[in-house]
Amino acid sequence: MRSLTDIKELTVGEIDGLIETALDIIANPKKYEQRCDHKKMATLFYEPSTRTRLSFESAMIELGGNAIGFSSADASSAAKGESVADTIKTVACFADIIAIRHPKEGAAHVAAINSPVPVINAGDGGHNHPTQTLTDLLTIKREKGGFENLTVGICGDLKFGRTVHSLISALSRYGGIKYVLISPEELCVPEYVKDETLIPGGIPFEEVRDLEKAMPELDILYMTRVQKERFFNEADYLRLKDTYILTPDKLKEAKPDLCIMHPLPRVNEISVAIDSDSRACYFRQVQNGKFIRMALIMKLLGV
Amino acid sequence: MVIGQITDGIVLDHITAGRGMEIYRTLGLGSLGCTVAMINNAESTKMGRKDIIKIGKIIDLDFTVLGYIDPGITVNVIRDGKLVKRDHLTLPERLINVLKCKNPRCITSSEQELDQVFRLADTQTRTYRCVYCDSKAK
Repeated sequence: MRSLTDIKELTVGEIDGLIETALDIIANPKKYEQRCDHKKMATLFYEPSTRTRLSFESAMIELGGNAIGFSSADASSAAKGESVADTIKTVACFADIIAIRHPKEGAAHVAAINSPVPVINAGDGGHNHPTQTLTDLLTIKREKGGFENLTVGICGDLKFGRTVHSLISALSRYGGIKYVLISPEELCVPEYVKDETLIPGGIPFEEVRDLEKAMPELDILYMTRVQKERFFNEADYLRLKDTYILTPDKLKEAKPDLCIMHPLPRVNEISVAIDSDSRACYFRQVQNGKFIRMALIMKLLGV
Repeated sequence: MVIGQITDGIVLDHITAGRGMEIYRTLGLGSLGCTVAMINNAESTKMGRKDIIKIGKIIDLDFTVLGYIDPGITVNVIRDGKLVKRDHLTLPERLINVLKCKNPRCITSSEQELDQVFRLADTQTRTYRCVYCDSKAK
């Protein structure tokens, strides 16, 4: 039995294998529609979610399985003070695989070490979100044809943006990646991302404040939301939330084949006027999330 | 200064000079009820100066804690006046319930029955990180 709580638990070969499977699912969906017959996935969402939960549930349903679960902590025994470990041991009596989202960092690790069935981290606070990373990688593969020799701009909340940490960790294992990390000083990438991934890997990166200056060299622009729910102090959130807003005029110097990504939801950091630009990939990215989760569910269930 | 040899006991040698008292307190050596000798700033050809602790009784030592505080320590076990075992400590790979995660967003902040587990992330800088949230130990 194996779980996935951190993208680093997958080898490059395994990630490539998942992407290949996802591409095959896209090409031959019928081939996969009975793979999870009579299997159940429990989606335990202690935090609100639209895309991730529905993506997991639709992935399981499209594989012929079923989905059970809850979509807020208030709707579970967590409201009565039940621990994550006890909830997981209970849910494992009903489900073949579990996807968990929790506001506390490390909750998915606690779930995985207490579960007799595979656990997938669907986001643990500002920490990790490996299936978003797999979604991002599938999107880059489909949009850019591969992962090598890309200049990747990541913009916004790089401190609490869990998708950012996982993406940097995963992409860094491919060659020729350069990062331009665009954020206000208060929201720059945590030290551990630099200390454990970028610096020891000799991966070129620069930390800048100005999005427009960085724009011309980017192959990928990964926008993120400043996450209100991660701030203890609302004044800090209000001060930082509008630091970067991508509008059509800021794309004037961008490459014609730039790939604009966003894990969504967005608030106002990408103007809706960008949605009709062919370089806007974020809704295609959402769709890729379902396919890669189908591939992951099959891998963890061994079907 | 002459401090007599011990017949049965433990000698903690090569303690970084000045760390002896911290180890004495952490291991609770003051409450053992046997002879304990603390030697500060002893001359050492290898280290220049070092601290040494001699404990007049064979006790179970928490090598994990000891290795974390001062990984260069040598632990000598003496039985019937003879050296029967010598361990050179290293930084432990994992620390369980030695440090506490200070990250208020960590799951250990709300589920306090969980063990506090830290992993050695960087030997050179002696950096430990929480296995749950990856925060650096402070």
